[in-house]
Amino acid sequence: MSVLAPAATVGLGQAINQALAAELAADRKVLVMGEDVGVLGGVFRVTGGLSERFGPERVRDTPLGEAGIVGTAIGLALRGYRPVCEIQFDGFVFPAFSQITTQLAKLRSRSRGRLAVPVTIRIPYGGRIGAVEHHSESPEALFAHTAGLRVVSPSNAQDAYDMTRAAIACPDPVIIFEPKSLYWSKGELVAGAERARDGDTLNQARLARRRPGAAVTLAAYGPSVPQALAAAGQLAGEGVEAEVIDLRAISPIDFDAIERSVAQTGRLVVVHEAPVFFGAGAEIAARITERCFYLLEAPVLRVGGYHLPYPPALLEQAYLPGPERVVAAVRQALAF
Amino acid sequence: MPFAQAPAPTAPAPGRSGDRLGPASAEPRRPDLGQLRSFYRDMALTRAFDRAATALQRQGELALWAPSLGQEAAQVGSAHALGPHDWVFPSYREHGVLLSRGVDPRRLLGLFRGADNGGWDPSEQRVHLYTLVVGAQALPAVGYGIGLALDGDPGAVVVYLGDGATSQGEVCEALVWAASCAAPVLFLIQNNGWAISTPTRTQARVELARRGEGFGVPGERVDGNDAEACHAATAAALARIRAGEGPQLIEALTYRIGPHTTSDDPSRYRRPEEEAEWAARDPLALARARLEELGAADAAFFAEVEAAGEALAASAREHCLGIKPERLDQVFEWAYATPHALVAEELATLAAPGGPR
Repeated sequence: MSVLAPAATVGLGQAINQALAAELAADRKVLVMGEDVGVLGGVFRVTGGLSERFGPERVRDTPLGEAGIVGTAIGLALRGYRPVCEIQFDGFVFPAFSQITTQLAKLRSRSRGRLAVPVTIRIPYGGRIGAVEHHSESPEALFAHTAGLRVVSPSNAQDAYDMTRAAIACPDPVIIFEPKSLYWSKGELVAGAERARDGDTLNQARLARRRPGAAVTLAAYGPSVPQALAAAGQLAGEGVEAEVIDLRAISPIDFDAIERSVAQTGRLVVVHEAPVFFGAGAEIAARITERCFYLLEAPVLRVGGYHLPYPPALLEQAYLPGPERVVAAVRQALAF
Repeated sequence: MPFAQAPAPTAPAPGRSGDRLGPASAEPRRPDLGQLRSFYRDMALTRAFDRAATALQRQGELALWAPSLGQEAAQVGSAHALGPHDWVFPSYREHGVLLSRGVDPRRLLGLFRGADNGGWDPSEQRVHLYTLVVGAQALPAVGYGIGLALDGDPGAVVVYLGDGATSQGEVCEALVWAASCAAPVLFLIQNNGWAISTPTRTQARVELARRGEGFGVPGERVDGNDAEACHAATAAALARIRAGEGPQLIEALTYRIGPHTTSDDPSRYRRPEEEAEWAARDPLALARARLEELGAADAAFFAEVEAAGEALAASAREHCLGIKPERLDQVFEWAYATPHALVAEELATLAAPGGPR
């Protein structure tokens, strides 16, 4: 039975910091590694104070090389450590892509289950922070498409804390896409004193209903959850009650729960910042159409980024799916 | 010498000017006074522009700025050694290189304002676009050099990298490729001591000048705060490349006086004493002192340069406020050379009744 600390109000980034601290304290095999994660505490300060508390051997400032960060984490994991890698920004993950897809994702399978590679990779992702190129992207579909990886994305402090601890406990590699636009977004956090067991809590990270409604289901994750909620608020003013569900994980995706919601509403709109083309929404649309074709009153619609390189920051409000575009999609779904 | 016995360089120590200069610089210097004045002028203009851009960021007009403060000698000195046929592949802090090559530095402001992702035509001054992914320009630079050689073009490529970039696997591959193909490429590493909060000793336990040796790319270390030394070393390296000796590497030992970017706070990770030591080796002040020592410039010259710097700074602000951001429909237009059905479909939704979806 876990001992719960009193609830506190913290930012999403601070919740991750607390989760990392709890894991570092609970297990000496847990390591944090990445560029500038030590003395500086990371460029978003998510690892702030951890180096002072746990030492530079366990909170490791690495050389500047993402392939090196993930590749050596794989070796450390094979040696029994539980490394938590920070990739500084979404657009910088690609030097590590080969290590993630060819090594990290496959070693369990190739070894017939003999090898475990419990590496956690934290990637701040998404836009809305007015950043320069390569600092606002949403590449999660590339990783969700890769068998062997689990991919999650929190939208609030409690989920960020729980997912981080569960990811570290999980024997599979887990990629946490952290919505950087929500790092400072405050929420209530009840920090558990005990560690999650065997990744169970990650498996239980089923989607959560953030707002009930009967007219249409809005499915979102990470930074798009507040956008979907804002759209739902706007729709409520027009007498349209939208249900908002937070997927939390995109590998695996809790299709059963989406199906349950769609069975009530008959309409589904999926929202994410990533480009719509071959995005998570495409998989959800296909699966839901397969599973409950006769329950649907309208085709599953997707709202997301365009099939463009992420544009300069001054254009991102027009590029990103905000409440207006979600509402437009809902109207389209209702018109069928 | 085995690597294990090599001294581990810490953040570069000041006051080591000229202790490991290459053959060209070992010869007695006969300074070209006009050249020294042009170095000073471009360094001062770079400094003035950089300060103006930092101020614009503080005023909320730029989303971010990566200051070149302290690296003017390495940038201006090296860039002045390039010939008209040569090409530059920069990272994201080479404001002094751009200015020296004749790229209007104000064209940098769109990138940092969030108005565009490029800003200039690379073919005009033979300066490739900035690269924000650390080290990602190295392999394309080598490929470009291979292309120049295939074409019988007399040009070489100078790829600018920082100390952090030398840890990237891609940069190591670039060294392999350059050597294997005998590509006309100069790897110019500005070792400014810090990759955000990470000191150079975390990247390398040998001098970065030796980083290329095992790959077959000879290197030398030069005082990066001495524009003449940087110029001489770059000119000599380019001469060796043109003589068919293959790719070369220079480590310009300098210091990032300012933060990594305006989002960074160096007081969290480095000592004020270190900053003070390097402030005493400010390359612009050294360049001025050199001109004065040689009697190569008078008060009128310095006043004229200062006025030019002020004018550039003032025009930077005006330019910045007047930047017209790209439009989203233009981004659609530029995504592909030939029609792409999906892009056309999405573009149509921008103008659709009820707004885009």
